[in-house]
Amino acid sequence: MDTASIDQIIDRHQGEASSLIQVLLEIQREYHWLPQAALREVGRKLKVPMARIQHVATFYKAFSVVPKGRHRVHVCVGTACHVRGAMRVLESVQDLSGIAPGETDLEHKFSLETVNCLGCCALGPVIEIDGKVHGNVTKAGIAGILGRYE
Amino acid sequence: MSKVRLKIDGRDVEAEKGMTVLDAARRAGISIPALCHHEKLEPLGGCRLCMVEVEVRGSARLVVSCVYTVAEGLTVRTRSEKVDRIRKGIVELLLAHAPDSPQLAGFAREYGADRNRFEPEPSFCILCGLCVRYCAEVVGKHAVGFIDRGIRKEISFVPEIAAKECDACKACFPLCPTSYLQAAFVLTGSLVFPGGGESVRDR
Ligand code: SF4
Ligand code: FES
Ligand code: FES
Repeated sequence: MDTASIDQIIDRHQGEASSLIQVLLEIQREYHWLPQAALREVGRKLKVPMARIQHVATFYKAFSVVPKGRHRVHVCVGTACHVRGAMRVLESVQDLSGIAPGETDLEHKFSLETVNCLGCCALGPVIEIDGKVHGNVTKAGIAGILGRYE
Repeated sequence: MSKVRLKIDGRDVEAEKGMTVLDAARRAGISIPALCHHEKLEPLGGCRLCMVEVEVRGSARLVVSCVYTVAEGLTVRTRSEKVDRIRKGIVELLLAHAPDSPQLAGFAREYGADRNRFEPEPSFCILCGLCVRYCAEVVGKHAVGFIDRGIRKEISFVPEIAAKECDACKACFPLCPTSYLQAAFVLTGSLVFPGGGESVRDR
């Protein structure tokens, strides 16, 4: 982790304690998680106690205090996707990536999560990677989709 | 400071403007049960045990007296069938988490709460926030805080600070209505700062 980029983020917010959440969001975006060292630096510069930062960092789902992969894979297991074979899709994503929902692989490439409807049921089964939706996914097509990510 | 007159349990009480109903009642010698309240700390309104019935323009409603401020002509009932029933329920829920808390046992006797009404799920901490607020507001060290939320919410020591400050202070220990705080401290000590801080071995 380089402190320079963290300092830059903090400086962009003029070191205002009230910008805590914004600062954490930007660090999260850049590193995909909030490393302890980064939180300590934020606390020091914004003059916010660590206890408070930890509360905020563990309160919101947008933050992670454990490392996450470069790409976030969301497999929809909502009702519509479920009846269209979401479980087979999920199984295949697990086999190919080697991780279960909630986990991140050792290379920090993928983090896998299940969701309960992405709002585009007509395209089911659906998986979403880094915000991009892939619809009508077939078991055979998954390797090709995952292969596009580095 | 301007004065406000109100009625608590049928008695005329005078209070300072901006005061909470709980403080006004206590000053008049009327006791309202409270778990998460502490006169030196900002109110949290977390335990809901201090719930009372107030009458505003003829209609009664339930409010949390440690955060509800007094108003001219307010009528307050600190005990009623409804209030007692709610307090009983709250005590029963808290007992599921901390079955051996002496303070809760006292309230249970008072309100006829059944300690086995809910499936026990001993988490021991009842999240009153006394330790967290005392350390932040009075001691100013922020050695203990909350993490997570909802059913996963718990207290957590900040190891670097706890290792340095807590041994000499421990001012929050007697505030805890359960013994969870001390247990969490000893556990943190043996896990993250063995040798520093207090370890189980020292006891
Ligand atoms: S550890 Fe004790 S004092 Fe601290 S929040 Fe839990 S119950 Fe309250
Ligand atoms: S159920 Fe999958 S998008 Fe709605
Ligand atoms: S004392 Fe009022 S909510 Fe706890």
